[in-house]
Formats: sequence, structure tokens, C-alpha cells
Amino acid sequence: MDWLHALMPIAGIPIFWPGLVILGFGVGIIGGFFGMGGAWMVTPALNILGFPMAFAIGTDVTHMAGKSLISTMRHSKFGNVDYRLGFIMVFGTIGGFEAGAQMIMWLERIGQINLVVRWIYVVLLTLIAWMVFADVAKRKRKEREALTSGTKLDPLATGLEWHKRLHKINIPPMINFKVSGIRCSAWLPISISFLTGWLSGILGIGGGLVRMPALIYLLGIPTHIAVGTDLFEVAISGLYGAATYSYKGRVELVAALIMLCGAAVGAQIGTVATKYVKGYGIRIFFGLAVVGCELSIIMKLLSGIFPTVRPITDQAATVIVLGAVSAISLYILVAFLKGVRDERAQLRSEKAQAAHAG
Amino acid sequence: MPKYSSRLLGLITVLLIFPAQLLAEDDSMLVLVSDTRRLKGLEAWWGNMYNEGHLAFALATVVAVPLAGVILGMLADVVMSRLGIDLKNRALAEH
Repeated sequence: MDWLHALMPIAGIPIFWPGLVILGFGVGIIGGFFGMGGAWMVTPALNILGFPMAFAIGTDVTHMAGKSLISTMRHSKFGNVDYRLGFIMVFGTIGGFEAGAQMIMWLERIGQINLVVRWIYVVLLTLIAWMVFADVAKRKRKEREALTSGTKLDPLATGLEWHKRLHKINIPPMINFKVSGIRCSAWLPISISFLTGWLSGILGIGGGLVRMPALIYLLGIPTHIAVGTDLFEVAISGLYGAATYSYKGRVELVAALIMLCGAAVGAQIGTVATKYVKGYGIRIFFGLAVVGCELSIIMKLLSGIFPTVRPITDQAATVIVLGAVSAISLYILVAFLKGVRDERAQLRSEKAQAAHAG
Repeated sequence: MPKYSSRLLGLITVLLIFPAQLLAEDDSMLVLVSDTRRLKGLEAWWGNMYNEGHLAFALATVVAVPLAGVILGMLADVVMSRLGIDLKNRALAEH
């Protein structure tokens, strides 16, 4: 079965190419749906397929740039991308990323870098998962209260409303973000993007995992627009990462292009699926993805603390990541297929009614 | 959107080329070489480009990835448009 293996010209290793297409397809779906690059899923998967870790990271970042561009194009057509906000945030993201990268070098000098980074990761992901599920619970309570009092809740109402306090910060220039439907000080998105960029730099991730909830809970923009705008950011930071890693010679472009073939279809499916799922559906599954990511990191931490159980915990981390990717992409794929079927049936019935009336 | 495109192009050029050169300085510990003896045609050319220096390799990567993304995205767009669904409008609702 030699034809199922492609020789990677730089790394010099034969790789099972259908695995790359399937991986690209899966993370394309998840990325388009949640607005994240998915480095936490792709890097270990590429490593399993046979790439050395340095090539796995560089190739993942490179494919992420192309995949996020595809999703951004599709989200843009739905009106889900706030370009003004995206451009303002780019500066904070890049500045924060470099500050985080410098901090990593300092941590490297004093030792214990892996342990510190993994603990920061666990604390951060716990906080994000708590935010998501606390928000969902509070929103449900509001719904019950509205039902009891006989009023109707605004379709755009949310549970946690921290952003309302942050929008009151009145430091000029104040900017209207028409697409997002918010008005706030320009310093708010710049500060938030610096903070999320700094975290990305420390954790060595694209940033979607951190930026998406920050856009929702701290800036207060609707979920669908948070997804689209975040993808725009991921595309730019992915290109930056592609340049950095390829200049260091750690990118296997052939693998990135093979993955893009699957991601092109997956990203379209993930993006169109957001049309059929309400904001809170996206938030809940995002929370579950965060929990999956966190569990895999806890397994890695256990490997470091208890070296004797390393073979088991390492395997468990891989199973959790791949299981989470498969389950979530399957849910999104089903939501997409069901949505397309229902919309086509509705269009057919509308046409039949129009013909009947005519 | 068009007024942003020129700003985006300038920004990407600055963000990609300048820091990439700065960041690459500390990565001299490990030198990897592509074994081009086993490669033919386009792959051999690509491997040789990598071996001769990473600047052209990085530039080609940065150009190829977005280009491939746009082309593949447009092809996937054509397939999606044949599904017979509305691909331009969506209802914005949280619940």
C-alpha cells in the first residue's frame, strides 16, 4: 500500500496522506464552527502520524493560516466578521504574543518551563470552562424568570454581562463597531487582545481558545461574530507563525497543503453549520472542547509527576484529544446535514405554495 | 472591505518578514537538511530551495498557503452553492 504514503520532502519521512486529509477535514469543521485554529488538536495528531514535534508545530501553524482564511471568507459572506475590530486587535495580539514569547525565554532560563506552562494552561482552561457553563446557567435562570413574569427575553440576551461594565470605561477614542453592535473605548479591544496574545505567546497556541471567550465575555459581541472575527485574527497570526517557522526550516508545506484539501471542505461545513446552531449551542460545545483539551493536559501533567504511569497517561491524553475532535466534529456534521435538509425542505414547500397560489 | 485590503497587505508584509528574520536568529542549534537524493521534479526543486537558504523557502510558503487557501475555498464554495441553501444570510440569535 505504498500509494497511501507520501514522502515528505523536507522531513524525509513517509506519511499516511489520507490521515492528513481526514485530520484537516475534522479540524476544519471544528475551526470554522468555534473560530479557533485548533493547535491543541492538530499538533499531537501530526506527531502521532509520524512528524517530529518541531515539524508538527510549524506545519500545524502553516495549515492553520490557510484553513482560517477559508473560514473567514465564508463567515464574511454571512456578515460574521468585524474587520474594524479585527484590525485594531491585530496590534494588541502581536504585541502580546511577543511579550509572552519573551517571558517563555525567561522561564526557560530559570528552568521548569514545561511545568509552569502546563499549570497556567490548566488554570486558564478551568476559568474558561467555568465562564462558559456559569454563563449558560445564568442565561437559563433569566429565561425561567422571564417565563414566570410573562415577559419575553431578548434573543441576543446573555447570562454573564461583564462587558456592560467594561463598555462604561470612557477613555478616548471611543469607537463604534457597527458589525458587532457595540461602542467602547479603543483601548478595551487593544488591552484584551494584548492579554490574549500574551497568553498565546506563553502557551504557544494560536489564541482562538482564549480569544473567542474573551470576545464574547469581555467585549460582549454576539457569538457568531466572535467566531468570524476570531478566525480573521487566527488567519493573520497563522501567517505570522508560518513565516516564523518556515524561516526556521520547520514547516512541511506538502503536508500543510494536503491537510488544506480536507480543511477546505471541513471549514465550509463548520462555518455553514453556525447558521443552524444558536449562539448558546456553540458556547456549550466550545465549553466541552475546552474540557477535553484540559483533560488531555492534566494527563500530560500526571506523566511528569508520576513517570511510572507515563505510558498510560500519554495514551489517555491522545485518546481524549482524538475522541473530543471526533465527537465534536460529528455533532457539527450532523447539525449541518440536518440544517441543510430542513432548509431545502422549507424552500421546496415555499415554492410549492407559491406555484399553488399562482 | 476594499479600503482595508491595502492596509492588510502592508501590515502582513511588516508582520511577516521583519519579525521572522529577528526570531530566526536564536534557532541555530539544529541544522536540518532535506535529502534530495530520493526526490524528483518539483519535490527535488523544493528540497533544494530549502537546503540553499530558508528565506526563499519562507517567502514561498507565505505566498503558497494563502493562495492555496483562497483557491480551495473558492472550489469548496462552488460545491456548497450547489446544495441549494442560502449562503448569504443567517439569523443572529443567542438562544
